[in-house]
Amino acid sequence: MADKVEFELVSPEKLLKSQPVDMVVVPGSEGDFGVLAGHSPMISTVRPGVIDVYEGDRVVDRVFVAGGFAEVTEARCTVLAEEAVALTELDRATVEKQIKDLSEDLDDSKSDAERAAAESRLAVARAKLDALTQTSAH
Amino acid sequence: MPNLKDLKNRISSVQSTRKITSAMKMVAASKLRRAQEQAEASGPYAERMGRMLSSLAANVQDSGNGPKLMTGTGADKVHLLVVISSDRGLCGAFNGSIVREAKRQITRLQGEGKTVKLLTVGRKGRDQLRREFASLIVESYEDVGRRRLGFSDADMVATKVLAMFDAGEFDVCSVIFNKFKSAISQIVTVQQLIPFAVPGEAAAATDEVKPLYEFEPDEEQILAELLPRNLSIQIYRALLESAASEQGARMTAMDNATRNAGDMINKLTITYNRTRQAYITKELIEIISGAEAL
Repeated sequence: MADKVEFELVSPEKLLKSQPVDMVVVPGSEGDFGVLAGHSPMISTVRPGVIDVYEGDRVVDRVFVAGGFAEVTEARCTVLAEEAVALTELDRATVEKQIKDLSEDLDDSKSDAERAAAESRLAVARAKLDALTQTSAH
Repeated sequence: MPNLKDLKNRISSVQSTRKITSAMKMVAASKLRRAQEQAEASGPYAERMGRMLSSLAANVQDSGNGPKLMTGTGADKVHLLVVISSDRGLCGAFNGSIVREAKRQITRLQGEGKTVKLLTVGRKGRDQLRREFASLIVESYEDVGRRRLGFSDADMVATKVLAMFDAGEFDVCSVIFNKFKSAISQIVTVQQLIPFAVPGEAAAATDEVKPLYEFEPDEEQILAELLPRNLSIQIYRALLESAASEQGARMTAMDNATRNAGDMINKLTITYNRTRQAYITKELIEIISGAEAL
């Protein structure tokens, strides 16, 4: 392979990943985009979903992120994630339980602010479940 | 002449105090290390967010209508002060200096005819400020990050601040916290959060030639999402700095206490020995003079 792109995944609590990779596919809020070396500079928001890290033609790493921002330059792709978990660490039963709990929270919520908070958390949990479903289908 | 038994009791009580303070010092030292590591770990995120913000801001400022979080409400009447202190005492001047600075700010702002609102994090600061300014405190948090300070703790505070801002309850928001310089020195810092001052062009100019970014969706929308997140980050950083400072301050305070206890033990031991010798001498004199009289 020719040039590599420097992929960085950062959460507020720490620098999770910093490594040169061949390609990353980031779930942008306006659609997924793949980043190869020499990508034109851009900044995008990220929706809850899975980041695929490619080494050659293979996916070597899949990380779930709960939204955030991505900054792409020619040599670098930085993702600022709000929450990031390796897909292998997610457990279907836990996520399903989370969704159930959160739906109850949503029903219990009184103010608009509470409702909005519960809704956004629920969306994250749903995205987790989707990600898991996709993987098992592969 | 002091009683020998009393002296002995005092020595042993000071000795156990010294044991406690030296244990606390060691605990603080290990917590300090952890807190410092955590503070360092949050560096990359904040740095990259700053970079993104400054390139975004450069674009938006040209168009002239930035979001309120950056440009402010246009007014300057109501100030919200976020005061970060600790939950526990025994950490020297840590909480005292925070509260002193907070009071100074409050008096200054009130002197200028502005309204001040307070949001406190940490029990100690709240207790001390409540004495004078109970009516100004709108919200207080305790036990923030008792186990381990997480980003969610900062997010909780930030959400509250944002909700207040959106409701138009204040115009300017600053945070007062102890910035960690070293284990023996903490600097009380006042940092303005809203409106957010974007890191200056000068800092950005030193970087390589600034790439022209594409934005997806448009700048304003990204900025509208990025700014609240940035607020959480700034608060998170302040909390982390404060946590590290607290442990540093406690370590120094306990180190001093241990040393003082050591000095005191030495002094008491000398007095104890002198007194004991005096007793012996006295008894000897009595025996000798008794024998001479015979």
